[in-house]
Amino acid sequence: MTASPSALLDDDRARGVFRVARRAFTDPVILARERAAIFDQCWLYLGHESEIEKPGDYLTRKVAGRDIIFTRGKDGAVRAFFNTCPHRGALVCREAAGNGAMFRCFYHSWAFDLEGKLVNRPGDEAYGEGTRKGGMHDLVRVPRLEQYRGLYFVHYQAAGDDLKTYLGGALEYIDLVLDQSETAMEIVGGTQAYGFDANWKLLCENSFDGYHGLPTHVSYFDYVKSKPGSLVEVAIKGRAFDLGNGHAVVQYTAPWGRPVAQTVPAWGEEAAREVAAIKARLVARFGAERAERMATTNRNLLIFPNFVINDIMAVTFRTFYPQAPDKQEVNAWALAPREESPAMRELRLFNFLEFLGPGGFATPDDCEALALCQRGYGSLAGAGWNDISKGYLSDEPQVDDEAQMRAFWREWHRRVSEQPA
Amino acid sequence: MSASVTRGELEDFLFLEAALLDNWQLDEWLALFVEGARYFIPPAGADDDADPATSLFYVADDYHRLCERVKRLKKRTAHAEFPRSRCRRMVSNVRLLGGADERFKVTSNFVTWRSKLGVTNTFFGHHLYEMTRIDGQLRILSKKTFLDQDDIREQGKVSIIP
Ligand code: FES
Ligand SMILES: [Fe+2]
Repeated sequence: MTASPSALLDDDRARGVFRVARRAFTDPVILARERAAIFDQCWLYLGHESEIEKPGDYLTRKVAGRDIIFTRGKDGAVRAFFNTCPHRGALVCREAAGNGAMFRCFYHSWAFDLEGKLVNRPGDEAYGEGTRKGGMHDLVRVPRLEQYRGLYFVHYQAAGDDLKTYLGGALEYIDLVLDQSETAMEIVGGTQAYGFDANWKLLCENSFDGYHGLPTHVSYFDYVKSKPGSLVEVAIKGRAFDLGNGHAVVQYTAPWGRPVAQTVPAWGEEAAREVAAIKARLVARFGAERAERMATTNRNLLIFPNFVINDIMAVTFRTFYPQAPDKQEVNAWALAPREESPAMRELRLFNFLEFLGPGGFATPDDCEALALCQRGYGSLAGAGWNDISKGYLSDEPQVDDEAQMRAFWREWHRRVSEQPA
Repeated sequence: MSASVTRGELEDFLFLEAALLDNWQLDEWLALFVEGARYFIPPAGADDDADPATSLFYVADDYHRLCERVKRLKKRTAHAEFPRSRCRRMVSNVRLLGGADERFKVTSNFVTWRSKLGVTNTFFGHHLYEMTRIDGQLRILSKKTFLDQDDIREQGKVSIIP
């Protein structure tokens, strides 16, 4: 079977061929379908409990085009509101983060408490009884906010699968990351807010693309090899898994140091003892097999559609949203066990920055690669297909195969091809 | 201004630094630092007292990593900067913030334009230096580059030395 010109996917096991039409990365009509069929219909990561730890803490963040206030009330309960005034729509909270007792919209000075209730406004007596019913002048809550072990997600539909059901097969892998702490994981040092001139799905692919690591990031490996003892004799080797619902993961061993828990000689003897103790605690808590998996394997996990958890030389969370077919906004965070020692935390952040983020030795080159892909789609009328066939016919797809991307794309395709309601 | 250094001398030094970076003379740029120097870029919009132990910087280099950053940027495998971007740096508002015993705190404002593959980005902000004098020559002990924009969504990356 050959794909028709209007098809978005060419998925043909008989030939071992899996291709995606480049139109999927350029067409505004497709982006509109994605907004309606994916971002409005999936659980989307909002933030971590450690970001709003104390009563009155809040932060503002954009999630799929909506400005959201994420806050912890005086009662300790966590809530998420659309950051838009019920009066005439102005952005109510204009700060990135803070702590307070109320939100005040400056335009006509309506004020809301941390539960979103209108508590004060000039000329209140001029409003009729009918406007006081049903909370119509309160901040509007997002239809659904649920959490799994401190990870908060929003959903813009009132009904549908709960978060745990949605996460499904990904829960096992999320647990492998969160269990690194005996107390809780926490976000360290704020948000990296950057962007790519490339379609958002290119970053989905890139975030767990084991095939590009060595060629794209050769200069990173040159650097780590420049410091004697920065790597151990471990091959990059592992598997790709389809976790259902569009979630997928690659899990693999790698030669770099991991605070939890694979030491490298360059870290020194004190760190080696500390890492050994961390690993021993993992064995005590989870048994030898699971401890080994947590300590010495890396995970690049994509929660459909756009939440990445990479448990590599450091732990990073990442989300990204399209502003246009060829433009996306990225938010990235570093995570660490709350109880981590200052020395280990320093090694972790050093590890993080040498690979990850806008000034790392790797991420800028990913950024460049994605922009070049997007640029290539200018020729889609003549050269119209991306290839994602690597390892299609393998029963045990490897970390440098592309089975994890095929899992993403099949779910993407199922959702965008459904008839609009 | 302190008697041991003049604004003229600081400006000469900082303008030379900018010219070396504009011309991609990165080894010569690195030679302006003392051995053991540190180099930082805090997250966009950070305060002057931002600390890499508690805040997620873009760059927090010890001297080894700073040297490797320079080495990497000269390779064609530093893909984001190959072919090299074209850059121009404007440096102004040079001020001596204090100093004694031949250790100076110096600040300057900057705008850097970077152009590559048809895209031009602007970085603006201020630098904070700690400098010293060795054999009569000013040298950098540490450099912090603060990007004063809200975020770097438009720039996407900090693949140059801004
Ligand atoms: S728009 Fe907020 S008070 Fe009028
Ligand atoms: Fe990469």
